[in-house]
Amino acid sequence: METLILVIIGLLVAPLVGGLIAGLDRRVTAWFQSRQGPPIMQAFYDVAKLFGKEKMVVNQWQILCAWVYLIAAATSVALFFAQGDLLLVFFVQAIGAVFLVMGAMAAKSPYSQVGAQRELLQILAYEPVLILVFVGFYMVTGSFSIDAIWAQDIPLLAKMPLLYLALGYALTIKLRKSPFDFSTSHHGHQELVKGVLTEYSGPYLALIEIAHWYETILVLGVCALFWHTNVAWMAVLLLATYMLEILVDNTMARMTWRWMLKRVWVLGMGLSVVNLIWLYAR
Amino acid sequence: MFGSFIKKSRAKSPWIMHFDCGSCNGCDIEVLACLTPLYDVERFGIINVGNPKHADVLLVTGTVNHRNKKVLKNIYDQMPEPKAVIAIGACGNTGGVFREAYNVVGGVDKVIPVDVYVPGCPAKPEAIIDGVVMGLAKFAQKVEEAE
Ligand code: SF4
Repeated sequence: METLILVIIGLLVAPLVGGLIAGLDRRVTAWFQSRQGPPIMQAFYDVAKLFGKEKMVVNQWQILCAWVYLIAAATSVALFFAQGDLLLVFFVQAIGAVFLVMGAMAAKSPYSQVGAQRELLQILAYEPVLILVFVGFYMVTGSFSIDAIWAQDIPLLAKMPLLYLALGYALTIKLRKSPFDFSTSHHGHQELVKGVLTEYSGPYLALIEIAHWYETILVLGVCALFWHTNVAWMAVLLLATYMLEILVDNTMARMTWRWMLKRVWVLGMGLSVVNLIWLYAR
Repeated sequence: MFGSFIKKSRAKSPWIMHFDCGSCNGCDIEVLACLTPLYDVERFGIINVGNPKHADVLLVTGTVNHRNKKVLKNIYDQMPEPKAVIAIGACGNTGGVFREAYNVVGGVDKVIPVDVYVPGCPAKPEAIIDGVVMGLAKFAQKVEEAE
């Protein structure tokens, strides 16, 4: 019963919080640029407007892919809130990511094709890091389930600080922020005119946006697990992490995919492996 | 309730797309000036998108000629309903000083229906923002009528 309530909370609250975070993100970004920025509710207005637009698709695949992406993202958040198994959460979220790529590949437009290829490379970069983080959880708690983490009495950050840094890479990629925003950019005026999202429009674009909110919450949720012992510190950790993300987003230019693969594989995986060896040796 | 939220949101999140039909670049830099921190149209939720499939409002600058009228029509057709078109500057409205040239078709309204005309050579950023706001009122009206 309790699990069911948690799942419902996850399904309903996650997109609301995700949308608010997106709005705050734009406000803070505007503040960095000494502008005023849109209202905090802007993300909701955008999505509501998109739902009110004409349904235009290039082919039927796009509809399916947008829905599967949304459902996979929502399911992974639900599983996460249900204190489920981290590996299961990971695989469900990977299905969503793959369907997003498939949806983009289904259209012939070169922008969406290039975007899809780059999205694949992004997936290739962050998924190993994410899995190594979960392996770290396993080495500390002896289980992949989130329940086992709550049973710990000291914050995991003390035991896996390097893994947290590596997770930061995954977070930046997942949030599609600079320097890793090359499959879709926030600003639709760059070389790729939104890449994977080019061929989506109206209600289907809105579905993808909501799925993105779910994913934001999922990755932030994984970050939150690093300080599960104290809610206040958890909030501080998340706030600091997210602020750092926005700062990086605003101070970095977009890099090439080669740069990303090198950086994330060498540094991200290197940090993770060092931390794992340290965990193993103790 | 959701329906009325959608209706309200339309005016709060107009995504604009800017198409240059061969203007002298005077009007274009004014359109882009609206996006700078000085005017900061993002305050009103306006985003400049590069993709007609995401756009609600089409801003057209410059005279339409025989070569680019097809492109303009194509872009217009790719935008999902409801949409609005705003012609900017003397050239966009009527063809301006190039009106008599042999290659020029004339204003934007020769090719696609225009909702708002923003005069000026070049049009001021304030006038362009006003034009977008008026365009939104027009397009709300169009949606009402369609229902
Ligand atoms: S209206 Fe004037 S400034 Fe604008 S494109 Fe025409 S000539 Fe240039």
